[in-house]
Amino acid sequence: MDINLKILRYDPESDRKGHWENYIVDAEPEERILDLLHKIKWFEDGSLSFRRSCAHGVCGSDAMVINGENMLACQVLVKEVGNPIKIEPIRGLPVVKDLIVDMEPFFDSYKKVMPYLINEKEPGDRERLQSPEDRDKFEDTTKCILCAACTTSCPVFWTAETYVGPAAIVNAHRFVFDSRDEGTKQRLEILKDVNGAFRCRTAFNCTSACPRGIQVTKAIEDIKRETLLNS
Amino acid sequence: MKVIKHSFDGVIVGAGGAGLRAAIEAAPHMKLAVITKLYPTRSHTGAAQGGMSAALANVEEDNWNWHAFDTVKGSDYLADQPAVDILCKEAIDAVIELEHWGLPFSRLDNGKIAQRRFGGHTVKEGESPAFRACYAADRTGHMILQTLYQKCVSMGVTFFDEFQVLDIKIEDGICQGVIAYELATGDIHIFETRAVTFATGGFGKIFKVSSNAHSLTGDGPGILYQKGIPLEDMEFYQFHPTGIYRLGILLSEAARGEGGILRNKDGERFMERYAPSIKDLAPRDMVSRAIATEISEGNGAGPDSDYVYLDLTHLGAETIKKKLPDITDFVRTYVKIEPIEEPIPVQPTAHYAMGGIPTDVHSRVLSDEKGTVLPGVYAAGEAACVSVHGANRLGTNSLLDIVVFGKRAGQSMVDYVTQTKPNNISDSASDDLSKKIQNLIDKEHTDEFSVANIRKDLQESMEENAKIFRTKETLEKQTEILEELRERYENVTIFDKSKVHNSELVEAIELDYLLDMSEATVASALARNESRGAHSRQDFPDRDDTNFMKHSFAFKKDNTANLKYKDVELGKYEPMERKY
Repeated sequence: MDINLKILRYDPESDRKGHWENYIVDAEPEERILDLLHKIKWFEDGSLSFRRSCAHGVCGSDAMVINGENMLACQVLVKEVGNPIKIEPIRGLPVVKDLIVDMEPFFDSYKKVMPYLINEKEPGDRERLQSPEDRDKFEDTTKCILCAACTTSCPVFWTAETYVGPAAIVNAHRFVFDSRDEGTKQRLEILKDVNGAFRCRTAFNCTSACPRGIQVTKAIEDIKRETLLNS
Repeated sequence: MKVIKHSFDGVIVGAGGAGLRAAIEAAPHMKLAVITKLYPTRSHTGAAQGGMSAALANVEEDNWNWHAFDTVKGSDYLADQPAVDILCKEAIDAVIELEHWGLPFSRLDNGKIAQRRFGGHTVKEGESPAFRACYAADRTGHMILQTLYQKCVSMGVTFFDEFQVLDIKIEDGICQGVIAYELATGDIHIFETRAVTFATGGFGKIFKVSSNAHSLTGDGPGILYQKGIPLEDMEFYQFHPTGIYRLGILLSEAARGEGGILRNKDGERFMERYAPSIKDLAPRDMVSRAIATEISEGNGAGPDSDYVYLDLTHLGAETIKKKLPDITDFVRTYVKIEPIEEPIPVQPTAHYAMGGIPTDVHSRVLSDEKGTVLPGVYAAGEAACVSVHGANRLGTNSLLDIVVFGKRAGQSMVDYVTQTKPNNISDSASDDLSKKIQNLIDKEHTDEFSVANIRKDLQESMEENAKIFRTKETLEKQTEILEELRERYENVTIFDKSKVHNSELVEAIELDYLLDMSEATVASALARNESRGAHSRQDFPDRDDTNFMKHSFAFKKDNTANLKYKDVELGKYEPMERKY
């Protein structure tokens, strides 16, 4: 069937601002939105630019706004979004070209929260022990693929680019609630800053946007509570 | 075209598991850069699911020698046994090290790392399936990639993200540097360096139905192949038995490790006929052939009788939710069925290259079949062929391979850099490449010579003629097709003429490597008149140890390859018939 795609295009070498372009693509209901973008790029207009790699929702390259909501283009099928389909770049990060945004500010925020295990103790020759219950406490936040769907759906982030954003807090959560980690104090110090977790206004956009089903808002609330308990 | 020059002691190309592990080893000892055409966390290591084997013996008695036996037997006796010993022995420390760096493994009740069963892994040399695969739910690769990247962040490793490697410069047999193209700007970068590791991953995009990411195009092997370096064992390509029907998206062997069963259209558990002892947990080559045979004999399901079922319905909601959450989500997302209640349509999918850049056990690249080392050049992970996987890799051994031999690549870079002095690469080192790119941009676009059309014809023809079952006839036919495709590629054109994020230009560069990989694969497959592991010749159905107990080395010659051979390094395991 014919699908009408409206894509917000921007070429930094010739455009002063973005403009909508229409494409008619023959597609099956079971096809991914990414498949449709590829049909345009490969057989119609090679200049259409977007990031993608794994094509099944685990690499985090192709977050975009599809009919107003943040999604991974490889994880949503034509029959789920209807016709026509409007596609825009994710919001709050500078648009570089078409659906490609500058990811550097996003990764800078991620790095700010010390996203790595901190433990100075000599671990010995074997694994550190961790009970299945302790392991479960941060299971949800280990799933993050850094696609930025959550952060760029956050109304606070849209207006305050200095806010570390949901994804960075999720990655802090992954270590703060890991029984093996000893960096909680340092991380919470960073996250109680004016640009940290308390900037969150619990809009729940991040939770709806997460393609991995992470309870992002809950993770942010966990961090807020932990900060209060530790202060 | 703007040219920017950098100077480093070492450069790693690729930021998946092997590249990152090499970086962690090398970074403290030198000025190091990691260049990747993606962001590091987008690498396809993150798509690996089921586990990473090591004889930790957390669940039951185990021994790395049994792991080595299984790996050698699984390889159909083509793996080099001293290399396999290193892989399986160092596996134990490799897993512990990842745990110490924070990898969130799933846990047993006693707090130790959890282990599960996986295809081809057995206790006591074949007695029963072994609990050997250390895992983190069904996203073990994701956790390995995240943990290694986190470690790199903590160390302050220098990354050049979204840089497409174009070439390595070697003068008088000595590495001078690498050239890369910056996607965001279209600028050319010269990296002056005397040690380079290629960890660019596999090349599953030579086939139409594949579990591989779009970016897996054999860039590292392609660059070296074009420089006259051979590719080893290219005829051995693994097809994973359980790709989601039509899409090829991987459903981990862990599904069968946890008790999942393959069934044909009549509901029969057909693996009982093909591998009576370990059934659905037979190695991947055997299971994929069994599925292909069921389908060709009319036992496939569906309107076109072209798939079988992976049945998880008897496992129960709790096991599925706890142990197989991601893959069952893939099924819900892409097939729209509930795997707790219904069996899943699956078919074999192109998955893993056993072959690649030849290396020794120190990850040093070899420039011929005699074992001559190419100074300053290293390779690790799927891009490389040590060989630890031989003719068929066992599940979980690739995640092991990337950390064990990634680490060794890093160590070898350190050894080389501390023993040599910096070199000088000419400012004009990239002139030929700038010209090539400019020509590509200047050439008028035509559909006939578009990247996508040539690639589509390549993938469809490889799928038809060089997949699970091959014959002299299909391979000769494919050789002719590849010649025509190469001729078309000489005239390849692109529509996008821009400098910023010209991903069509990158796809044109990648297609060159895909053609190289296909040419080497088909030439190597045509020359091997036997069936061994994943290489199955219907016109030569038996293994021929007298003539083919050896590794192939394909040297690029025109649009095909010249084949030379090297004897397999045997050890304590005598080749025997491979039955399960």
